[in-house]
Amino acid sequence: MLQIIDIHKSFGSTSALQGISFEVLPAEIVALLGPSGCGKSTLLGIIAGLYPPDQGEIIWDGKSLTGIPPHQRGFGLMFQDYALFPHMNVRRNIAFGLQVLEQSPAEVERRVIETLELVGLPGFEKRDVNTLSGGEQQRVALARSLAPHPRLLMLDEPLGSLDRSLRERLVVDLKRILRETQQTAIYVTHDQEEAFVLADRVVVMRSGKVEQIGTPQDIYCSPASPFVARFLDMSNLIPGEIVMENGQALLISTLGRLPISHPARGAVSVLIRPDAARLDGSGDVQLAGMLLDHSFRGSSQRIRMQVGDATLSFEFPTSTLLPAPGANLTLSLDPEQGLLVFPVS
Amino acid sequence: MLSPWLLWLAPLGFLVVFYFYPLSSILQISFGRGDAGWMAALWETVSSASTGRVLGFTVWQAVLSTLLTLAVGLPAAYLFARYQFPGKALLQALTTIPFVMPTLVVAAAFNTLLGPRGWLNLALMQLFSLESPPIALSNSLAGILLAHIFYNTTIVLRMVGDFWSHIDPRLTQAAQVLGANRWRVFWQVTMPLLLPAILAASLLVFIFDFSSFGVILLLGGPRFATLEVEIYTQTVNLFNLPTAASLAAIQLACTLGLTIAYTQLSGRVSRPLSLRPKTYTQERLANWRSKLFAGGMLLLLLTLFILPLLSLALRSVTNLDSSRLDTQPAQQGITLDFYRELSVNRRQSMFYAPPTSAIGLSLGYAGVTVLLSLLLGLPAAWSLARSATNPMNRLMDPLLMLPLGTSAVTLGLGFIVALDQPPLDLRNSWALIPLAHTLVAFPFVVRNLTPALRSIRPQIRQAAATLGASPGKVLRTIDLPLVGRSLLVAAVFAFTISLGEFGATAMIAHPEYPTVPVAIYRFISQPGAMNYGQALALSTIMMLITSLGILLIEHLRVAEVGEF
Repeated sequence: MLQIIDIHKSFGSTSALQGISFEVLPAEIVALLGPSGCGKSTLLGIIAGLYPPDQGEIIWDGKSLTGIPPHQRGFGLMFQDYALFPHMNVRRNIAFGLQVLEQSPAEVERRVIETLELVGLPGFEKRDVNTLSGGEQQRVALARSLAPHPRLLMLDEPLGSLDRSLRERLVVDLKRILRETQQTAIYVTHDQEEAFVLADRVVVMRSGKVEQIGTPQDIYCSPASPFVARFLDMSNLIPGEIVMENGQALLISTLGRLPISHPARGAVSVLIRPDAARLDGSGDVQLAGMLLDHSFRGSSQRIRMQVGDATLSFEFPTSTLLPAPGANLTLSLDPEQGLLVFPVS
Repeated sequence: MLSPWLLWLAPLGFLVVFYFYPLSSILQISFGRGDAGWMAALWETVSSASTGRVLGFTVWQAVLSTLLTLAVGLPAAYLFARYQFPGKALLQALTTIPFVMPTLVVAAAFNTLLGPRGWLNLALMQLFSLESPPIALSNSLAGILLAHIFYNTTIVLRMVGDFWSHIDPRLTQAAQVLGANRWRVFWQVTMPLLLPAILAASLLVFIFDFSSFGVILLLGGPRFATLEVEIYTQTVNLFNLPTAASLAAIQLACTLGLTIAYTQLSGRVSRPLSLRPKTYTQERLANWRSKLFAGGMLLLLLTLFILPLLSLALRSVTNLDSSRLDTQPAQQGITLDFYRELSVNRRQSMFYAPPTSAIGLSLGYAGVTVLLSLLLGLPAAWSLARSATNPMNRLMDPLLMLPLGTSAVTLGLGFIVALDQPPLDLRNSWALIPLAHTLVAFPFVVRNLTPALRSIRPQIRQAAATLGASPGKVLRTIDLPLVGRSLLVAAVFAFTISLGEFGATAMIAHPEYPTVPVAIYRFISQPGAMNYGQALALSTIMMLITSLGILLIEHLRVAEVGEF
């Protein structure tokens, strides 16, 4: 089991990591999710032992890894653009980590063939890595990282440089491979979909700090902060205030006065989930406004609507019939599922 | 659109008349029919024992020099490639100095440091009250090797260092994470990636060492002769043109073969292997080990690059003994006597030209060289930049490099044997020297200009045009600013090359019109403290002019990767 305890790291005057702590359980896949520049890759480098932390500790199975060089940690790291050795063919790339372990040539050969099959590239042993396509390079890099059976595999945006359709296919493959091999893994990405598909748990990071840790469902259903909500593409945030009237907490905002059971008092930020709105008027909260525009997104359509002084976005299935832009529209939603309240600090 | 044929007309014509024609004259003499039949001259030269000895020594000193240069250059390349430290930019500029510093100046500088009356010997004699100088580095192999290291470390530093600094550090990180220790990472990942660059640099260093002339003439003394020196001796001292021509043919075969190999190799170096911008690959000196390494390396480089030049400058203003001055009693200690004496013709000799006039002459030649090589280089570079696949360009590109792969003395010899008779008799023309210099300088000009011209993609011009710029305005606001700096760099390059050129000039200069390097050589080969002092004074002036030029080049250079 990997424990990351209060890791700090700065480069010159810029602080990259400020007290990161979390754990990775055996055979668990943890995704590190955050915008670029939030310190995800730096953290991987520190876990791998490529650079030392300024403060804090990495612990594996109860033993501190401080001072242990990368080549003695038994971890695997797959780089964003793969860092395949350009002067070696596919076989020698994959065999590199096995030869270091001084396995017999027959054993090395067996494992090379086995991992190539695992990643879906049987027969690629003799290919020149410089002539492979992006997706093939990605699989070779994965095979190279997996071959020595690392205790922990770290993947740094492994699909970042591929196009969308290839990415969607490979992410499923990747999940299957990691599951089949019971591989403990940390997966770094800035793409929430990738993180949600792959991970058992997601660690959301923001400028060097952990913003939220939880299962994909937890994070999607109850984002811990406006930042997480916005990062998950939920941007309907409006200001509000919670006051007590006659022993009942009331949320006062553009949406009107709503009874609420949230413990916060005073100024708050209210998130309206874009997928919670209904057209049939069945919810407790009514939202009246003018439809600004539609955008078609394949399986769904998104509208923007002016409600009071706020512009809000909502999503509907493509089959839903919507009025033309400029029309007045009344949506309804259920405050229990449709609204999230964040205290303003 | 001008056709490539038209653009190449002048450069090709120049090469035909001043490169191929002279060389073919050399080959004609060595392969031609003599008293003893066809190829007699060549056969006699090849089969003589002295040729074997000379060739053997030439190869031997070149191999030793190359290995020693690698030993100094590779750690330095590592330092420059992987670390960021204060003063690095300045040091990088300083390391360029040797590359364009005239050979005679360098030889003179090492003489003032390590020669029989050099600072080191003087200090040791003083310290231990010795009668004779304890270190005999002049007229020794060690002196030659040191000067070659001084010269060529820059090449290793630039070629290997640049390549190294662009290699993705994640390749070595990936190897580390896969379980390889530092040793294994170095030998299995870093070294194989660097190998083409190291080989190319070694080959270039070897070519330069193989055809080194001024250094060996001055520091080797009579005991050590390379092919290059032997050609010079046979021509200038013994007037034995057939032997000289045969030696030149051998030299030509060797250097051209090596140059072709180098071109092949350097083509492979440019193969992109996920090269990274430098800022990404470099780190600060963090721990004491890297600081110790950097400190030691910097000390070594500064000693190697700066000490000889400082020693030269200091010695040129120091008079050690007044008794041996030719005429008037001069003061001992710090003095400007050697500089004052430069404009005086003491011997009333007929062939004597005051050294100050040599300076004027050298500057004039350099000016003409700049003009000629830009005139020839611009159309060539323009054509090369426009299309890499045009058959004419593909033919001319390697042809252009031939003069660089031909030793200077061979070029000079070619001029002597070809251009002193009809149809082209330039024996008494002043133009001979700038023409020879242009032959050496203009490939450099093309090499510097082509990347700059190529960097102006047609889309940029089209973008300017669609934004409403007239063709004249496009030229003024797009082309000139983009190419202007490179043009200036090329000009300064040609200027410094012409200023320092010694090998060809020594062969063809008229006694009464010496260039500065020729004048330095004359002073140094004559006895007496005043002559020595004047040689040093002239060398110092040259050093200052050249250094200024180099600093200008470094300041103006745009591209990160230097081309040699």
